[in-house]
Amino acid sequence: MNKVFLVIQREYLARVKKKSFLLATILTPLIFPTVMGIFLWIAVGEEKGASLRIIEVVDDNNLFFLESRDQYAFSFSKVAIDEGKRQVQSGERFGFLYIPKIQLDSPTGITYFGETNPSMTFIADLESSLKRRIEEQRMMESGIDPKVLDAYRTRVSIQSITLDNSGNEKINDATINYGIGFFTGILIYIFIFVYGNQIMQGVIEEKSSRIIEILVSSIKPFQLMLGKIIGIGAVGLTQFLIWLMLIAGVSSIVIGYFGMQMPQQTAMELASPAMTEMSNMNINNDYSEIIQVIGGINFVKIALTFVFYFIGGYLLYGSFFAAIGAAVDTPSDAQQFMLPVTIPLLIAYLGLFVFVLDDPNSNVSFWLSIVPFTSPIAMMGRASYGVPFFDLALSMSLLIIGFLSTTWFAGKIYKIGILMHGSKVNYKTLWKWIKMD
Amino acid sequence: MNILEVHHLHKAYENHIALQDVSLSIPKGSIFGLLGPNGAGKTTLIRIINQIIDRDSGEIFFNNEKLQSKHIPFIGYLPEERGLYKKMQVWDQLIYFARLKGMPLQEAKTKVNYWLDKLEIQSWREKKIEDLSKGMAQKIQFIATVIHEPELLILDEPFSGFDPVNAELIKNEILELRKKGITIVLSTHRMESIELLCDHIAMIHQSKLILSGGLLEVKRKFRKKIYKVILEPYGDLEVPKEWKSITADNQMIFEVPLQEKSPNVLLNEMIAIGEVQGFSEIIPTMEEIFIQQIKSHSYE
Repeated sequence: MNKVFLVIQREYLARVKKKSFLLATILTPLIFPTVMGIFLWIAVGEEKGASLRIIEVVDDNNLFFLESRDQYAFSFSKVAIDEGKRQVQSGERFGFLYIPKIQLDSPTGITYFGETNPSMTFIADLESSLKRRIEEQRMMESGIDPKVLDAYRTRVSIQSITLDNSGNEKINDATINYGIGFFTGILIYIFIFVYGNQIMQGVIEEKSSRIIEILVSSIKPFQLMLGKIIGIGAVGLTQFLIWLMLIAGVSSIVIGYFGMQMPQQTAMELASPAMTEMSNMNINNDYSEIIQVIGGINFVKIALTFVFYFIGGYLLYGSFFAAIGAAVDTPSDAQQFMLPVTIPLLIAYLGLFVFVLDDPNSNVSFWLSIVPFTSPIAMMGRASYGVPFFDLALSMSLLIIGFLSTTWFAGKIYKIGILMHGSKVNYKTLWKWIKMD
Repeated sequence: MNILEVHHLHKAYENHIALQDVSLSIPKGSIFGLLGPNGAGKTTLIRIINQIIDRDSGEIFFNNEKLQSKHIPFIGYLPEERGLYKKMQVWDQLIYFARLKGMPLQEAKTKVNYWLDKLEIQSWREKKIEDLSKGMAQKIQFIATVIHEPELLILDEPFSGFDPVNAELIKNEILELRKKGITIVLSTHRMESIELLCDHIAMIHQSKLILSGGLLEVKRKFRKKIYKVILEPYGDLEVPKEWKSITADNQMIFEVPLQEKSPNVLLNEMIAIGEVQGFSEIIPTMEEIFIQQIKSHSYE
């Protein structure tokens, strides 16, 4: 046991001490905001930099009026179609919209000419503007005042409350549950792949640099494998913990910053109380609801579930990666054995989106969250909505049995594989190794 | 007393038998040569002794106790294929290997310092292996093998891959370790190092033990009872046909078979013929014995 600890220590320190670890740990959480920032920056720059795009509109019905936007302006005229097209070709106009005489109940023949392919949102935008105008016109024709209709429009939102056995009520918001399930599930998926790969690389390194024979003359192969898996897992947990602290730190700074700005906002609101009164009520309602929803979520339970499946899933797949590393001589040879690892992980990943987050209580969701190969990812999708105790207990015990057995199988492959050099290994040979005693 | 005894060891792999009924004893304090062509089963035997792989049947005793995992700290092993962690510093690496063999941290530190001083390489302690030359890495490799002061040191082809300077250094270290009472098993093809270093040998061929014993004993067993005689005849000499003449440097040298006579009788006969300037038995080299043995057993 002492020796396993030595291996854990070495694997851990060898990675944590590296500069690349520090860099990855600090930079990774910044990648997403940075990429978003760059896109926003480019988009804003584009909007500002782009000259106003003028679109010539010829309406033979004299019916339509299109309001100009930030990026588009509409110019109405009675030019001939050919002249309109010419203007687009010569670059005088960005586009040319031709609306022929139309029947209001079946408007056809509306055509847009542009030098470039217009974006889908742009066309959809145009379509909805025209549609609204046509609808209004038809209502007027049948004697309905569109303003009256607007007044009848009503917004409905249903508050969903779960009742548990003891009669406690809990307000739900599927969006927040979805978000938590989505985020934690993806995190486990990524973690398994990234750190599983590190295990595999580590095993291949020891095998190809021939340290392995010296190591196994001091320590049992199984202990060595276990130490490596745990040590690398600890690196991952450390990295994760640092991220949590970074996020907590950054968000407290952000909240602090906006908190400072709050008084100004309230001052402004005070200046025009009548105007803000209504919207304030709305906001307050939304806020209190969100806070109630967040308060209703059992974060401790979700966090504990997350940690369990995070570690359980890693251990289950980690031993697979170790066995693959032991069976091959180079990382490129490892490709042929990756399928049994990637397929169940992909099923879990897709299952999370297609089934679990959509309906956490369906049969498919149940099985995805019970089978150990998919449960670490799929169960997180259910956990955020709340899972019956029985399901959770069954899934967790199966996962424990699952990783104990994959570790046992992997240990057998590992033990023989690490001493095999240059021999061709396929699934048949792996099976033989497992059967050997 | 034997530090290691192997009784009727048997090991089969899926497609071939690696060891068949191999028994041998390694006397404490000896340098024991393990010989055999490639694929004979030497590495399998060594791996079984190191408890890297399991045997199918047979028994192994270490200091008269059944070999078990508690004996791991008493055995040091330099495999034929060897390596170190490239990204790890010399110091960390040596400490790690010492501790894996069960040495407490403080003792490991003392020992690593001792060896770095002894080989005058203290300045390398913070260098990564990938920054060292091959010869330098070989020294570290050797230290890693002996750092935990094993009682039994198993060196598989220790001179292959080492440059001549380091090979000489290893040879001297082996002799020094023997003086300290450490038993050394050398597995090698290089017969000259066997002749130079070993006092006991065992030869494995096609998974079987075909020869074992003390070096001199084995050599005596294979002597051909031929004497090398340097002779200056008194008159014209009619060379008997069973003599082999290898005259060189104006000296007449003959290889004379003993033929049921005692060496003294032969010497007296020679003295009668001429002036005897040299008279010695031709002892076969290990290389000759090795080749002859392999050939004769291959035709069985």
